[in-house]
Order: sequence, then C-alpha cells, then structure tokens
Amino acid sequence: MKKLRVATTSLAGCFGCHMSLLDIDERLFDLLELVEFDRSPLTDTKEIGTQGPCDIGIIEGGVCNAENVQVLQDFRANCRILVAIGACAVNGGLPAQRNHLDLRDILATVYATEASLAAGTRIPDDPELPLPLAQVRPLHEVVKIDFFLPGCPPSADAIWQFLTDLIAGREPRVATQLLHYD
Amino acid sequence: MSDTFLLDGRDVPFAPGQTVLQAALAAGIYIPHLCYHPEFKPHGSCKLCTVTANGRSMSACTLPAAAGLRVDSETETIRNERRALIQMLLVEGNHFCPSCEKSGKCLLQALGYELGVMSPHFRQLYPSRPVDFSHPDVLLDFNRCILCELCIHASAEVDGKHVFALAGRGIGKHLIVNAESGKLGDTNFALADKAAQVCPVGVILPKRKGFAVPIGARRFDDAPISAHVAEFTKESDA
Repeated sequence: MKKLRVATTSLAGCFGCHMSLLDIDERLFDLLELVEFDRSPLTDTKEIGTQGPCDIGIIEGGVCNAENVQVLQDFRANCRILVAIGACAVNGGLPAQRNHLDLRDILATVYATEASLAAGTRIPDDPELPLPLAQVRPLHEVVKIDFFLPGCPPSADAIWQFLTDLIAGREPRVATQLLHYD
Repeated sequence: MSDTFLLDGRDVPFAPGQTVLQAALAAGIYIPHLCYHPEFKPHGSCKLCTVTANGRSMSACTLPAAAGLRVDSETETIRNERRALIQMLLVEGNHFCPSCEKSGKCLLQALGYELGVMSPHFRQLYPSRPVDFSHPDVLLDFNRCILCELCIHASAEVDGKHVFALAGRGIGKHLIVNAESGKLGDTNFALADKAAQVCPVGVILPKRKGFAVPIGARRFDDAPISAHVAEFTKESDA
C-alpha cells in the first residue's frame, strides 16, 4: 500500500502539539509504516509539496503574522485534508490573549517605553521579520479546515485515535474521555 | 401511581408542578442545560435544554410536565442545534480553557465534550472585557460570562444584595456590578454569598485558590457531564 504523505507545521504555536505527537512513543513505528513525512519539523524540510501533493496536513498554532498566512495557504493548496490541532489552531489560544490590546501599544511597550529596556532599543523592523497581524486568528477563519482536534495539547492517545481514523479513511472521532480543551 | 410523559421513548414519572427538565433529572435522565439551577426559578434563556414536545420546540426547564406529553431530546437534529449553541457561546466570549481556573469543572466546557464540539465553527468575536480584581477575595473575569443570570438571581433572591445585573441589548448585553464605580470591591459582596457559588463558568472565582485540584481529579475528569446527572437535582453546586 502506498504510504500517505503527511506535512506538519507550527504557526503561532509552541510546538507542544508536536511534542504530544512524539509522545505516541513506540506507536511512531506503526505510524511510519503508514505515512511518510513531507514538510515537517520532524524532517526539517522547509517547503511543502516539492515531492508532490500531500494527503494530510497537520497544523498547530493560530495565525499571528503574514508568514503564518502564507504557510497556511501553502498547506491548503498542497494538502487534500487539512487538520487544525491544538487550542491555538482551533480558537487562537494563548497568543490570542493579545487580541483586545492595540498592536502598536504592545510593540511600543515591549520594545520602546518599558523602563528596563537598554537605551536605544527600538521596535524591530528588519525586512526578514514577518509583519504581525492586528489580531491572532484561528486557522478556519483563513482557509477551509477539514477536521479539528482541540486540546492544549491533545493527549498522545487522542492524537493516535484521531490519526488512525484519518489514515484508515474514516471521519476521525475522538472518544469523549479523550476530548479536552485544556 | 404518578402520571408519566414520554421522553425519547421512555416513560418518565413526574410530580405535580415539575417541569420536563426537573422530572427528567429526577429520573436520572440528563438533558443539557446551563442557565437552570435547581434552587432558582427557571427562566429558559440559554436554550440548551430545548426539546421537542408534541412536535414543537420548547425549553425543557420551563415546560410543565404533563401526562401523555411526547418529548424528544437526544435526536440528531437537537444535538446539532445544541452544538451550535455551545459554539456561539464559545465565540461570543473569550473562552481559553488552558488558562482558566474553572477548567475541568466548567459546565460550558463539559457540555462541549458531551456534545462533541470539536471547533468554534463561527468567527471568534474576541470581545474586550476587562477583568475586575478589586474585591479582596473574589476575581471577576467577564470574558467567560454566558449571561445565564444565575449570579443575579442568587444575589437578589438569596443574598438580598442585588450585586449583579445585566445591561445593554443584543450582542452588547453584558454583566455589570451594582456600584457607582462598577467595581465588585465597592459592593458588600462576600465570598460566602450564594452568588459566589452558582457561576457555571469561570467568571466568579475565589482568589488564592486557583488550580487547587490537579488535572485528572477535577469534577468532570472522570466521566461526561451526563453521567453526573444526580448532581443536578438538588444540591448547592449544580
């Protein structure tokens, strides 16, 4: 059987969901019998789809800057099924706690007016730095998301159940006892 | 021999004056609800307990039980509608479970699990609602308010203090504190008040007690909210 091609990335996330994926432990061997990884922190491949389209894209983290939007759109364009994993991807999560604050005020406080800053500290404006968005938004507000797995992070058992369903071609169902928003 | 009505094909006995929700809970059958509390008069605002009774959509918490009534609750259509209600409540406020002290014992969260709510579905509103930490013993986090009005009723009817009220209309409706400053610290509110015990979500929280119960030992960690049905009949922490 041809292995499914899976891409993963973390946008405005903490890689905690990727850590939870690794936490499936020895089941990783079973997983690698069924899938091969495309772009992912696990392969260190930086571009998605260079070896052809992907079957499943798994994204943790919400969208907080222009690069996140670009990567998310690349994933959508290259993945048959796109999955939002973790609290941040699902509803913005912790990074979205800044959403009621004015971005200009936040940057000014952190980089310019805060009393403990070294003299001459300025708001970074290097062209290599992606511009932050006014608000952090969840993935489904930017592209179509096929399936969601909430949790901060979802447990390894929840991820395993979800992935085995998905790989088997079933609609993923997580048992109530494995479903958590925290 | 008491009269019965039919709930999802089961005969449910009821006492005179009981609502469909009260009779169902007493019979050990859970119907999802948020704004109903056994110690207060039902007011049917959250709509989570919507059922069909003889074919019409009704709030089970305000619908008087009647002999021969045919009630459906656990149908796919009703579950879908309840899921949408939870999703709308989630996007209207700022519900970030990982950083909420109520997580694990929150009725909104527990109902999300019960109904299999996997995503907010709708666009997040991310309202701006400043936190009130003016009171020495109680923190008020309006971000999580679902406008169930239980604290309003508890403060007025049990505590006799009228500390809380709703102001505004439509999407602008919000919980306010009855003080000139609008601050809880400028009221006679006390931690021992009934109003401090009834919040189904994480708005009214005792200070210095956060995350006291470890994950795994919290109220709804062991089983879905429907398996806790016995707790929703007559007790102080429903």
